[in-house]
Amino acid sequence: MGRFILRRLAMLIPVLVGVSLVAFLILHLAPGDPARLMAGIDASQEDVEMLRHKFGLDRPLPAQYAMFVRGLFTGELMSLRYESPAMEVILPRLKNTLVLACASIVVAVVLGVSAGVLSATHRRSWVDYAATVLSLFGISMPVFWWGLLLMLLFSVKLMWLPSGGMGTIRHIILPALVLGTASTGIIARMTRSSMLDVLRQDYITTATAKGLTRQLVVNRHALRNALIPTVTVVGLQFGQLLAGAVLTETVFTWPGIGRLLVSSILARDLPVVQATLVIVALFFVFVNLAVDILYAILDPRIRYHG
Amino acid sequence: MASRSQGSLVVRRILRNPVAVVGLVIVLSYLFVAAFAPRIAPFDPNEQDLSKSFAPMSAEHPFGCDEFGRDLLSRIIFGARTSLIIQIFSVCIALVVGVFLGALGGYFGGWLDEGIMRMMDILLAFPGILLALAIVAMLGPDLRNLIIAIGIYSIPQFARITRGSVISVKQNDYVTAARAVGETQASIILRYVLPNAISPIIIQTTLRMATVLLTAAGLGFLGLGVQPPEPEWGTMLSNARMYLRSAPMVAVIPGLSIMLVVLGFNFFGDGSQDALNPRLKE
Repeated sequence: MGRFILRRLAMLIPVLVGVSLVAFLILHLAPGDPARLMAGIDASQEDVEMLRHKFGLDRPLPAQYAMFVRGLFTGELMSLRYESPAMEVILPRLKNTLVLACASIVVAVVLGVSAGVLSATHRRSWVDYAATVLSLFGISMPVFWWGLLLMLLFSVKLMWLPSGGMGTIRHIILPALVLGTASTGIIARMTRSSMLDVLRQDYITTATAKGLTRQLVVNRHALRNALIPTVTVVGLQFGQLLAGAVLTETVFTWPGIGRLLVSSILARDLPVVQATLVIVALFFVFVNLAVDILYAILDPRIRYHG
Repeated sequence: MASRSQGSLVVRRILRNPVAVVGLVIVLSYLFVAAFAPRIAPFDPNEQDLSKSFAPMSAEHPFGCDEFGRDLLSRIIFGARTSLIIQIFSVCIALVVGVFLGALGGYFGGWLDEGIMRMMDILLAFPGILLALAIVAMLGPDLRNLIIAIGIYSIPQFARITRGSVISVKQNDYVTAARAVGETQASIILRYVLPNAISPIIIQTTLRMATVLLTAAGLGFLGLGVQPPEPEWGTMLSNARMYLRSAPMVAVIPGLSIMLVVLGFNFFGDGSQDALNPRLKE
C-alpha cells in the first residue's frame, strides 16, 4: 500500500510542474507586453519599465518561472489590485468556497444515492423513469439559470431565503442546492448502474434464497458494494464543484475563489489569476489521488502494484 | 455490407428508445432554427426600439422585448446560431487534435503514449470550466478566443476515449493481419483501427456538444464569452439579471433555451449509448 501511494505521488510531479507552467505562461502568452498590461493603459513608459524590472520581466523566461514558483510560496507574488501577497487574498476565500463545496456534496450524496438506489430497486417503474429524467435535467441545467430561478422563487417571491451574501446558515441553502444539482444527477446515475450490476450477482441471489427480506439484501449486501464506484464519482465531483463554484458564487455573490477568479480576470489582476489556478488544480489533483487510494482500500480486487 | 446492416440495426435501436427520439427531435429542431435563423426570425435581433423596452408578450413579440426593446424571440433564434457555431468549431478542434493524439498514443504505446497522456493529465488538472476560463483570460474574450478556449479544454476527453478504444481495437486479428501483409502504420491506423474505434468517439461528440454549450453560456454569463450586442444565450441571461425583479422572463427564456438544447444532446447521446453498447442489450 505504501509503495502504491508513493508511486502515485511520484506520478503527480510532472503534472504539478505542468500545471504551474500553464499558469505561468498565461501571463506570457497573452498578446501584448505583460508589464504594460500590469501597469494599465495610461501608465507612462517609465512606470512600465519600473514594473518590468520590479517583477523581473526583463529576466530570461526560466529565471522568471523560478521566481513565479518561489513567489507562490513566499508571498512575493503580489496581487496588483489589493497590493498584498496573492496567497493572502486567496486563502480566506478558498475557505469560503470549501464550505460551500462541502455543503453541496452533502446535498448531492444524500439526494443522489437515494435516487439511484430507488431507481435500481424499482427498475422500469415510474420511480426509475422519473429519477432518470430528473437526473438528466440536473446535468443539463445551466447552473447560473437554475440559481436565478430558485432566487426568483425563494428570495424575490416568497422572501424565505436571502438572495446572496454569506453569514448565516440560511445564506448557504440556495447556493449549496444549486451547486450540488449536477453532481446529484451524476451520482444518482452512477449509483443506479452499479447497484443494478451488484443486484445481478450470485451472492445477492444466495442472500435472497436464504430468505432474507428484500430490504435487508439491499441495505446490508448490495449497497455496500454498489457504493464503491460511487465513492470515486463523489471524489471527482468534489473537484468539479470547485470549478462549478465560479458560476454559483457569481449568482449568489458568495465571497469565494470563484468570484475572485472572475473579478481578477476582468481587472487583469493576473498574479491572482495564476495563483488561484495553481491552488485549485493542486487541490483537485490531491483530491483525485485521495479518491484513488480510498478506492484501492475499499475494493480489494484492485492491485496496488502493476 | 456487414457494417451497413449493423448500422441500420443501431439506428433502429436508437429509434426504439423514447429518450433518444425526444433528444433527436430537439437537436434537429435546434439545427433547423440555427441554420435558417435569418428566415425564421421576425425581427433584426439587434434592432433597438426603446419605446418597446420590456414590452410584454404579445402576438407581435411572442417572447416580449428586452431592455433595449429588441425582439426576444429573434434574439433567441439568432442565439441558437451563435451557440451552434461555437459548438461545431470548438468540438472540431477537440475532435481533430484529441483523436490524433489519442490514436497516436494508443497505437504506438511506450514513451509517446506516456508523454501524451501526462500532457492530457495537466490539462485535466484544471477542473471543469476553469481551463477554458484561463485561456479566455489569456487571449481576451471574444467569439474566436471562446472557440479556441473551449476547443482546447475538450481535447483531453477525446484523446482519452480514442486511446482506450484504439488499444482495445488494435488487439484484433485483422490488425495483426494488416501488419503482416506490410501495410504502412498510417494506413493501418486510418483504415483498420480508427473506423472500428469510432462509436465511443461519436457518443463522446454528442455528449460533448452539450457540455460545450453549457460552458460557452457559462462564460457568457460571467462576461467572458461572446460580447454584447451579439445575441448569445448566456450573455443575454447575464444582462437580464439586473432586471430580474421587474422583467423575469427576459432572463428565464434564454436559460430555458440553453437547458432544452443541452437536454436534447444529452438525451440523444445517452440513448445512443445504450443502442451502441451491446453489453446493455436485453
